[in-house]
Amino acid sequence: MRLSYSADIKVIQVPCTGRVDILHLLNAIEDGADGVYVAGCLEGECHYIEGNLKAKRKVEYVKKTLTELGIEPERVAMYNLSSAQGARFAEIANEMADKIKALGPTPVKNTHAA
Amino acid sequence: MIVADRKSLEEILAMVKDNKKILIAGCKGCVTVCNVGGLKEVEILASSIKIARKKEGNDIEIDIEVLERQCDTEYVAGISETVGDYEAVISLACGVGPQFLSEMYKDQTFYPGVNTTFFGGATQHGVWEERCAGCGTCAIHNFGGLCPIARCAKSLMNGPCGGSSNGVCEINKDTECIWDSIVRKKMEAGRLEDLLGVKGIKDWQTARDGGPRRSIREELVQGNI
Ligand code: SF4
Ligand code: SF4
Repeated sequence: MRLSYSADIKVIQVPCTGRVDILHLLNAIEDGADGVYVAGCLEGECHYIEGNLKAKRKVEYVKKTLTELGIEPERVAMYNLSSAQGARFAEIANEMADKIKALGPTPVKNTHAA
Repeated sequence: MIVADRKSLEEILAMVKDNKKILIAGCKGCVTVCNVGGLKEVEILASSIKIARKKEGNDIEIDIEVLERQCDTEYVAGISETVGDYEAVISLACGVGPQFLSEMYKDQTFYPGVNTTFFGGATQHGVWEERCAGCGTCAIHNFGGLCPIARCAKSLMNGPCGGSSNGVCEINKDTECIWDSIVRKKMEAGRLEDLLGVKGIKDWQTARDGGPRRSIREELVQGNI
């Protein structure tokens, strides 16, 4: 199946979303990402029992932090889909890209951007 | 352990608003265990501050250190060579940490990044409760092992007040009436009579009321053991 999705998305693979850390999300924002989302397995279907639920709580924590800093919390999101849902993956990627485009570029200006 | 809560980002950002280079110092003791001042929290705070400052277009340089314990001069001395490189230091240790640091490094400014709250422990993941108020004369064996000094809103020593209702304290529906628990425990053990003796007036001089406290172990002071 060949599906196309927004070229603005950079995919970082992890074995399980339980591996995603608050710091990974914060560091992405700190380094100037306009948005960052976690695509985990469907709730109740985590191979490691609750990796995706942990990821969801971390996303919530980062949303709260961004809100405290006056940054739109929508720049961070959690999505759930199964590995069989390729079309849904593309749809989510486009949805997130559209959402971020509507918000505009990040207010976190990277003065020493590499 | 000593339990603390992180101060709001707003408060911390205001503390360092004029600084361009700071250190955030964590502690591997109690505040690591209560998830407020260990390596992870130090890194999260550093990243959050950097995000806020980049947003303002006013970058800040932040280094991090996590001391073995900030309540021990031996470990506090560990940053002697670098502490002067910063305009200010945020300590995520309990209130003891930034004081030991301030006492050792008189020219540096140390900000408390946490609000130190009580002596207690985790009753479930993410929930900490007070257990001891450090009164200096422990008497919990008289109360079924439960402390009415720290856990009764009025620190009553001779049974519950009239506000005890169905095991809940009158100050707030989420607070258990510890006297209800003490009495219930004694009843279940068939030893209610243990509570009948009137407790004399508590001598609060060993508590904070007697002024700052000091604990001296002569044998250690003399270096004999
Ligand atoms: S009686 Fe005093 S020392 Fe003992 S637990 Fe209660 S407050 Fe702490
Ligand atoms: S209701 Fe219980 S815990 Fe609350 S003040 Fe009265 S005796 Fe103390």
